[in-house]
Amino acid sequence: MTETTASIPAAGPQRSSLTGLVLRNPLGLLATALIIVVLLTAIFAPLIAPNDPAAVQIFKVNVAPGDGYLLGGDGSGRDIFSRLVWGARNTLIGAAIAVVVAALLGVTAGLFAGYFGKWYETASSWISDALMALPALIVLLALYQALGASIYLSMGIFGIMLSPGFYRLTRTLVKGVKNELYIDAARVSGLTDMRIIIRHILLVVRAPVVIQTSIVAGIAIVIQAGLEFLGLGDPSMPTWGGILQNGFQNMYNAPLGILWPGLAISITVASLVLLANAIRDAMQTGAAPSFRTPAIPAKYAAATPAPTPEEGVLLDIRDLVVAYPDGNGWREVVHGVTLQVRKGDVVGLVGESGSGKTQTAFAVLDLLSTGGKVLSGSITFDGEDLTKKSETEMRALRGRRIAYVPQEPMSNLDPSFRIGAQMVEPLMNVLGLSKAQAKARVLEMLARVGLPDPERTFNAYPHQVSGGMAQRVLIAGAVASSPDLLIADEPTTALDVTVQAEVLELLRELREEFHMTVVMVTHNFGVVADICDRVAVMKKGEIVEENAIGALFSNPQHPYTRMLLGSVLEDTEVRAYRAPAAKGNAA
Amino acid sequence: MSDEKLVDVRNVNIHFGPLHVLKDVSLDIRPGETVGLVGESGSGKTTIGRAILGICHVNSGQIDFEGKDIANVAPRERTGDAARIQAVFQDPYTSLNPSMTIEEILTEPMIARKIATAAEARDRVRDLLDQVNLPADAAHRYPREFSGGQRQRVAIARALALSPRLIVCDEPVSALDLSTQARVMDLFIEIQERTGVAYLFVSHDLAVVRHISHRVAVMRSGRIVEFGECDQVTARPEHPYTKRLLLAAPVADPVRQADRRRAFQELEAEA
Repeated sequence: MTETTASIPAAGPQRSSLTGLVLRNPLGLLATALIIVVLLTAIFAPLIAPNDPAAVQIFKVNVAPGDGYLLGGDGSGRDIFSRLVWGARNTLIGAAIAVVVAALLGVTAGLFAGYFGKWYETASSWISDALMALPALIVLLALYQALGASIYLSMGIFGIMLSPGFYRLTRTLVKGVKNELYIDAARVSGLTDMRIIIRHILLVVRAPVVIQTSIVAGIAIVIQAGLEFLGLGDPSMPTWGGILQNGFQNMYNAPLGILWPGLAISITVASLVLLANAIRDAMQTGAAPSFRTPAIPAKYAAATPAPTPEEGVLLDIRDLVVAYPDGNGWREVVHGVTLQVRKGDVVGLVGESGSGKTQTAFAVLDLLSTGGKVLSGSITFDGEDLTKKSETEMRALRGRRIAYVPQEPMSNLDPSFRIGAQMVEPLMNVLGLSKAQAKARVLEMLARVGLPDPERTFNAYPHQVSGGMAQRVLIAGAVASSPDLLIADEPTTALDVTVQAEVLELLRELREEFHMTVVMVTHNFGVVADICDRVAVMKKGEIVEENAIGALFSNPQHPYTRMLLGSVLEDTEVRAYRAPAAKGNAA
Repeated sequence: MSDEKLVDVRNVNIHFGPLHVLKDVSLDIRPGETVGLVGESGSGKTTIGRAILGICHVNSGQIDFEGKDIANVAPRERTGDAARIQAVFQDPYTSLNPSMTIEEILTEPMIARKIATAAEARDRVRDLLDQVNLPADAAHRYPREFSGGQRQRVAIARALALSPRLIVCDEPVSALDLSTQARVMDLFIEIQERTGVAYLFVSHDLAVVRHISHRVAVMRSGRIVEFGECDQVTARPEHPYTKRLLLAAPVADPVRQADRRRAFQELEAEA
């Protein structure tokens, strides 16, 4: 069982690079191709443009496309196509100025503000808020009066006005990662703050900043065109906005003249936005592969007849197979589990992570994660096969006859509602109680689970109670409808050990009082020894051994059970201290 | 020799705003020794480790390392052996930067501390991986390709890169499966016996702490309530809170657990 030779599994679909994912998306590919075309046009403008964009041929004023002027001539007899080509260069330079200024200012300020916080963050946030409050277009119009007709200068100033977008994005991202343990580890390793920012934090903000850049570039092109359309550009320099303005003035003579610059602007901007979307989609796909439900292989199709209910058995799981879609097939996580739970028993489902213990429990609750499916086998609860029940029937069963206590009490309470409201509603829905009856029942249950002041807990928000209290609240909620079966998924794992002892004691009492059958998913053999009557040991989706706890602990049969029990660190010999012989350093 | 102290924490107080999280905490660690630090959430046990590492502000008191006060000295400003104090954190999923390869992760401390050039540091990677029983081809892979136990081995290898005299281990096995936990614990012990490194071993689990420690300190609400030899503290505790901790932890044996439960309830009834 050494890990030295343990194979390192090939990583899943997220291996494929972001670039690859973007290019495999048809819209992403199209947008990238169009942007490259525009970029190449801008770079090689002198080679592509057939005519001098400023050359006036008086007999070609407003001429129709053709005859040397590919897209016709403008109101002054210049070649629209050549002007568009040169316009691409000038427009993109303007947009690039805005984007670079915005990104440099915003990302740098955001990195420092997010990482160092304190006065630095306060000051930069004030500046950012002030910039956001200024109406950009009016500022640009005012500055145009003061600074003259340089569109590049205007775009530089517009870049400053756009920088808060980058600032806020970066600051939020940095704050999210700066408390990660790997940042602490880097500090302990002696890295300077600059090095931590460059090596560890910049990597995280990279992709979102690229998305933001793409969107901001689109905005910059539109605003720039708008300014030029209002006549604020340098008339001697062909830009898309300028061409549009010229076309607009000539609209009645040559209606096609506004079409070409309009197309150039909208196609470029749309490509930038689509590219941003494609990158975002690719990032999300990287995190969670998209689900297509593959066909269920024939070997699962054979319907297993539900067993005839045996006397005294409340839950009868037979040959249960649970699987998740994986590419074009299914990946089994539970391979044919059979387990009988007798009325009144507490059965432990014990195993390590990936053993399928939680998946088995969730299959009973019909709460498998997205895509998960029971492919074959049966789950008979009190004589009825749960795998054949509809979503609605299961919902009616859950909460009334089958209850659930989760592992993380806090994440199972909605932080924006008072605890009482969250408990009253399910009782009204499931048991059909009136609001007053439900409240009375909730208060009674809160008192029953040992909360010292039920009224106060009822009116509290989840963040106002401790983890142990939250778990008592969830247990109260689960037991309030007197369920027959309680499924508890690692109910004490997130709790401190003294609180764990109290919660186990509570479960023991409630089980007697409400005649509940309990399925307890856990990895802790101490918890099993404390509360269970029987235990099933799971490994890689199978039950390797199932027995009454006395026999299982005193005489484990399966080597895996023996290995697990042997790993329990208890009553180990205490180590004797010897000072190291020499001033010993690690290797 | 055995009276020599590697670390001597004396009367340390730490405040987080209005919260007084460490109250007059004193603790010492000898060279090559493991001091276990047990407590429940919010007891301040992690904060002591962070203060020793220099990533947490100390309001008063002293932390002597080899006789020199290192309280409030940031890691990058430390010199000599103090600069080599390392850490292994609880969560192997967030303690390794997901976008760096294992080689980059392992060479970073050596390059940052300028004890090796990039090429020398890369040469040491194989040896470090070997020390934690990971295959050499792990170097060019990313953390996400490893299981929790393997990641924790990478974190241990990173801590070993600077040949430290002290490693602060903050709940290093609590996120791991039972059998993985046992193997990682054995690795910690094996490394200590081979290299003479000392550990401050922070954990909520008395059984884990007993397995590795020479001496054990028990914390509650920012104070150390009991500090003594491992066997005494973990088997015959004197302080009522330590007794409560010991009896609350369920033992993996139904018969003995029934006794322990009864004893816990008696203790609760007395209180």
